[in-house]
Amino acid sequence: MLLSLGLILLCQLAGEAIAHGTGTSVPGPVIGMVLCVLLLLARDRIGRFAPAELRDGTFEQTGRTVLSHLSLLFIPAGVGVVQRLDVLAGNALPIAVAVAVSTVLSLAVTAAVFSFVARRIR
Amino acid sequence: MNDTVFALWVYLARSPLLWLTATILVYCLCDRISAALNRTPLANPVLMSMVLVGLLVRGTATPYATYFDGAQFIHFLLGPATVALGIPLYQHRTLVLRALLPMTCALLAGSLTALMSAVLIARALGASPMIVASIAPKSVTAAVAMGISQRLGGDAGLTAVLVILTGILGAIVVTPLMNALRIADTRARGFAAGLAAHGIGTARAFQVDPLAGTFAGIAMGLNALLTAVILPLLL
Repeated sequence: MLLSLGLILLCQLAGEAIAHGTGTSVPGPVIGMVLCVLLLLARDRIGRFAPAELRDGTFEQTGRTVLSHLSLLFIPAGVGVVQRLDVLAGNALPIAVAVAVSTVLSLAVTAAVFSFVARRIR
Repeated sequence: MNDTVFALWVYLARSPLLWLTATILVYCLCDRISAALNRTPLANPVLMSMVLVGLLVRGTATPYATYFDGAQFIHFLLGPATVALGIPLYQHRTLVLRALLPMTCALLAGSLTALMSAVLIARALGASPMIVASIAPKSVTAAVAMGISQRLGGDAGLTAVLVILTGILGAIVVTPLMNALRIADTRARGFAAGLAAHGIGTARAFQVDPLAGTFAGIAMGLNALLTAVILPLLL
């Protein structure tokens, strides 16, 4: 469990290092996500030389535990709304309409394009 | 007696422990409520927790900085959680690779729709350039959106709030909207949730189906990447 957590943090750390080192606009944790996939692919390559914790499903279980409460992680930033109530109230109309219409529109367009193309290539 | 209680409150209200505990327990309560209501979209655990914790913070006249001192330990986990999205991505890699073309098309169409529609509507309704810049990256995961907003002259704190509100709204409407549009493809539904509503949409997608969650996680990552590159060129 602890090694798995350490490796997840290591992926993020390496991701942040790459992001800052190269000055790219790709966020460090997203690079870390890619590194995490590469780590698992590398594990499959080296087989039984990999640490036991990586082979017995502990790593996957640890990741599932972190992800199972993904919603919780947004609450601290969300509570920040208490600081911006005046700006929100002062611009209520443009903000509410832009956020609502744009969110519904982008959900619809994304899913429609995805399923249209997926049906075409099959 | 009252003085002792007051002194104790003053001490506890400033310690990180109080707000860390409050955030976790309020979330556990709201997650129970959401589960008891069969995960109905409207009973969104993030929305309910945010309102309850926000009321507590406001009601006790606690500065947000004091609240965040305790809550930052939770906030920190957003990074490792993003990395952990690589695990379902790895597990579903063959399915993901097979959907490379639909993903690319949906990413381009969806990402452009998300930021262009937000910018044009906000401008048309008379929002100031600062508000427009703060709203533009609203579909992107918070940390990245704040960076983009700041570079464009927006208010990063306001962007964080708008990102969360977008995520909650997306998580609430995605299931009924997809049903209304008769889109049954789990991958398409998940991908849309992650693209338009970042991590909160991804959390919703995982509630419904692990495969939808996987595609949501990929969409979240790709949209963060693409928006960071193209938005400065458009505004």
